[in-house]
Amino acid sequence: MGGLRTAGDLVARMQMTRRMRLPEAKAYVAGKLGVSPADLSDPVAMSEVRREQGLGTIPTEDTATTGDALAIEAKLNIMRVLGVQVRSAERLLELTRG
Amino acid sequence: MGDGSLVRMTRAEIEAQVRDGVEAAVKRAKVARLGDDEVAHLVDIFASAARFSAVDIGDEVILSSDGVGSQDAGSRINDLQTYEQTVCTDTVELYHHDYSFKPVKPVLPFEQETMRRAQLLLTVPCQYGAMPDLGRYTVPDGPIPNWSQLLPLGRIDEARAAQEEAVEHAVDDIVYVAEGMYEAGADGINLDTAGAAGDADFLAALRAIERIRARHPDWGIQIGMAGEFVLGMHGELEYDGVRLAGLWPAAQMRLAAKAGVSVFGPAVNVNTGKTVAWNVARTCTIVKPCTDAASLPIHLNGGMGVGGVPMHALPPVDAVSRASRAAVDLLRLDGL
Repeated sequence: MGGLRTAGDLVARMQMTRRMRLPEAKAYVAGKLGVSPADLSDPVAMSEVRREQGLGTIPTEDTATTGDALAIEAKLNIMRVLGVQVRSAERLLELTRG
Repeated sequence: MGDGSLVRMTRAEIEAQVRDGVEAAVKRAKVARLGDDEVAHLVDIFASAARFSAVDIGDEVILSSDGVGSQDAGSRINDLQTYEQTVCTDTVELYHHDYSFKPVKPVLPFEQETMRRAQLLLTVPCQYGAMPDLGRYTVPDGPIPNWSQLLPLGRIDEARAAQEEAVEHAVDDIVYVAEGMYEAGADGINLDTAGAAGDADFLAALRAIERIRARHPDWGIQIGMAGEFVLGMHGELEYDGVRLAGLWPAAQMRLAAKAGVSVFGPAVNVNTGKTVAWNVARTCTIVKPCTDAASLPIHLNGGMGVGGVPMHALPPVDAVSRASRAAVDLLRLDGL
């Protein structure tokens, strides 16, 4: 689907954690992000949505600023926005007593 | 061709290849034929002269993998970052170059530390993958008599007992590694090439999945099969009352779902002497009952000798993209 360029990683998380088939997973993610399922594979539309909601992007000077959540920072937001288990984010909270 | 070589055919010749591939699947796997509209769509895909073929906008699917990166340049974490940030895959997978659970066990703390650091740097889901690889437990590499040596001697009972004992070792090792990866922050575990050593190998994978799922209800567990049907190296093993030997993808999927996988990956082998159109038609016909019946995501194994992709280390993109598009369009796949 395009991974970080789009919402491929978010849809994949719904397949992995909730065993959702693709149409259900896309509908779930689209609902949580407030977009249509068709937007999920649009890199232009998703770059804005990901930035606004802190869901991470490609960490280069062209695509991210110091104010953007990246990597483990973004995964804390993904866990909250999608309402799914993200093990590394859970561990971070456990280990930092967050 | 299935070996990657380029051939030129007329539209009529392509249609004949597609119909022959469908018939080969029907005869071998006892499945229903593709419809005329599906055959026509395959012919359209393969009759195009374009270098690349793709699904319609909005029909994109998830890409998972059995390990990403070559491990030949930079670090393994660099491989994961490249696939996340340059290739832009939806998921990535950390792997040890000896891609089996048994050799990972003694180096698990090193693998955990690599996973932990990778998770700090990545946004996309990162799972850990390895093979059940039951043969690793036989002499001289392991403690168990080698059933491949016992079977030709007619020592059937001993060969079966050896496989049953190996299953117990493999399950313990898979669960041990999976637990370690869960603790390190992995997003999931991938049991790849399951069933490579036959029905006992598949049984080990199913039993391990059952144990992992019981402990972690929301964790990613993926299984990728080794081949289109389960070889009966033992012949009498069952899971949930179903004999494993001889199972085709739809039946494999039902047992994997029962065990608790998140994602099931059917594999259909490529015949290198046949055309890609023939192989893709055969693949789609065999897998269609699996995707039609599935209530969980299906990621068809596509690459180097499976899923219609030519058996070559550098498969031509025209063949890879046609095989991928055809499978997504006809099977309504959730991923590849």
